Amino acid sequence: MWNEIVDMLSTPLMQRGLLAALMVGAVAPVMGTYLVQRKLSLLGDGIGHVALTGVALGWLVGSVMGLVPQDALAIPGAVIAAVIGAVTIEVVRERGRTSGDVALALLFYGGIAGGVLIIELAGGQSSNLMAYLFGSISVVTTADLVVTAALAAVVLALGLGLRTALFAVSQDEEFARASGLPVRVLNIAIAVMAALTVTVAMRVVGLLLVSALMIVPVAIAQLTTSSFVRTMRVAMVLGIVICVVGLSATYWFAASPGAVIVVLAIAVYALVSLAAPVVRRRRSPARDPHPDLPSDVVLEER
Amino acid sequence: MADTSAASPLGDAGDPVAGDVLRVRDLAVDLGGARILHDVSLDVRSGEVVAVLGTNGSGKSTLMRALVRAVPVAAGQAEILGHPLGGRVPWHRIGYVPQRVSLAGGVPATAREIVASGLLGPRRLRRPRDWRDRVDQALADVGLPGVGDHAVTELSGGQQQRVLIARALVRRPDLVLLDEPLAGVDLPSQVAFADTLRALVASGVTLVVVLHELGPLADMITRTVVLRHGRVVHDGPPLAPAHGHDDPAHEHLHAHEDAVERGPVSLGPEPFCAEI
Repeated sequence: MWNEIVDMLSTPLMQRGLLAALMVGAVAPVMGTYLVQRKLSLLGDGIGHVALTGVALGWLVGSVMGLVPQDALAIPGAVIAAVIGAVTIEVVRERGRTSGDVALALLFYGGIAGGVLIIELAGGQSSNLMAYLFGSISVVTTADLVVTAALAAVVLALGLGLRTALFAVSQDEEFARASGLPVRVLNIAIAVMAALTVTVAMRVVGLLLVSALMIVPVAIAQLTTSSFVRTMRVAMVLGIVICVVGLSATYWFAASPGAVIVVLAIAVYALVSLAAPVVRRRRSPARDPHPDLPSDVVLEER
Repeated sequence: MADTSAASPLGDAGDPVAGDVLRVRDLAVDLGGARILHDVSLDVRSGEVVAVLGTNGSGKSTLMRALVRAVPVAAGQAEILGHPLGGRVPWHRIGYVPQRVSLAGGVPATAREIVASGLLGPRRLRRPRDWRDRVDQALADVGLPGVGDHAVTELSGGQQQRVLIARALVRRPDLVLLDEPLAGVDLPSQVAFADTLRALVASGVTLVVVLHELGPLADMITRTVVLRHGRVVHDGPPLAPAHGHDDPAHEHLHAHEDAVERGPVSLGPEPFCAEI
């Protein structure tokens, strides 16, 4: 067993994959915490679909320019499309709150359809997109790793450094505006960071499952905590552990890493949601949450 | 847009404010195609405690929300602390208590985290070093010592309201805008809250309070503004409460014949019992 783990860790492919998984596992839940707080859990999905069009566009430009490999521009294309898509959603949300939902739906459909159409225009087949849709750790190159590390560092630095301000604008936008916070800049920063996170995680879990990695660790964490900061910290730890364990499992079982990671995350969620009420009851039995409040009703005794 | 540019020629927080804290001229606000506020003009001087009264739909909350830029102004001007609404208003000197919204976001948050967001401002995107002491002090000031670590969803409605007030006070504002701070708050909490506001007024803070009924705040109000259908219909000395309404324990749950016959707001010597 131990030898096999050492074998795994000495495979360059797995080394790169595990490093990517480590970074994705740490970054995705940070942005996920803000998205869940804003009740925009599905934003990551919308961005992921748009990023697919970006991948296809990168492919098209690459084949027109005769680049080898053809998909050399896939990641830059995904980053650009994801950022444009995320900012568009944010602007639509700010203009009229009711149509944000519809805008998201349009992005879902348009993103996938555009991606397939463009990849066929580029002389490819929609199966070329599979690696991006479901992730493929085997395509992670050292250059990819450097880009991933840079994007992850930016998101982590801003996402953690501006935590109080990003929390304030996600928790109560009206109060944040009344406080004089640059609300629009912060909102767009969250959208752009979410877009960068999606493209960072694309290689590991795939665009269709990126959002799960942002949301499920947060969903697990908030079962066990009562504070925003602790939710974020616990979600980061869970994200790292689940990504690394899930990816490692694919060394022994031939399976798609993205699918394994997400199924593992949901299994952990199920376990914790079953265990949390039991643990909580043992720690503090149900009690009056406001024992010191005086009653404001006088009951006459007869 | 340029929310970050805020240099106040009036000086920093703590300086006495000269003249008008708030100047509103012919303000109009449209929402969803309907004109909610018409030609609202209002001056508030330093140290005043102004109650804004009116029925539901009279535009009280819209006025407050327009002042903090939560809704756009269609016509007219508003100046806060000497600056027209915008990035140059010293927002760090203004405390805003919105009408109670659900404090429950998608992620749990503690009372301390909610109140700490009140420490941020135009040029402050990170908490100051002494944030924890200031937040705990603000929570103690509104009568909630020791709840800092509690999830806000564990707190009662009245306690959540006081968390929102602590969030506005922690920044040590010179002008506090409160939108129905007493709604849904039980009487003991209302009295405690009135004491908090009284201490603020004694230290020179200006208050503009949207209310349905004066309750325990009655004796500190220096001026009353009544809105009806989006227009100012009264701006002057505090209205005398109707018989029985001066008792803080007065129940507002019975029907008022006067109020029903004359419409929800009655002026002059009659009760202005806005809500039944």
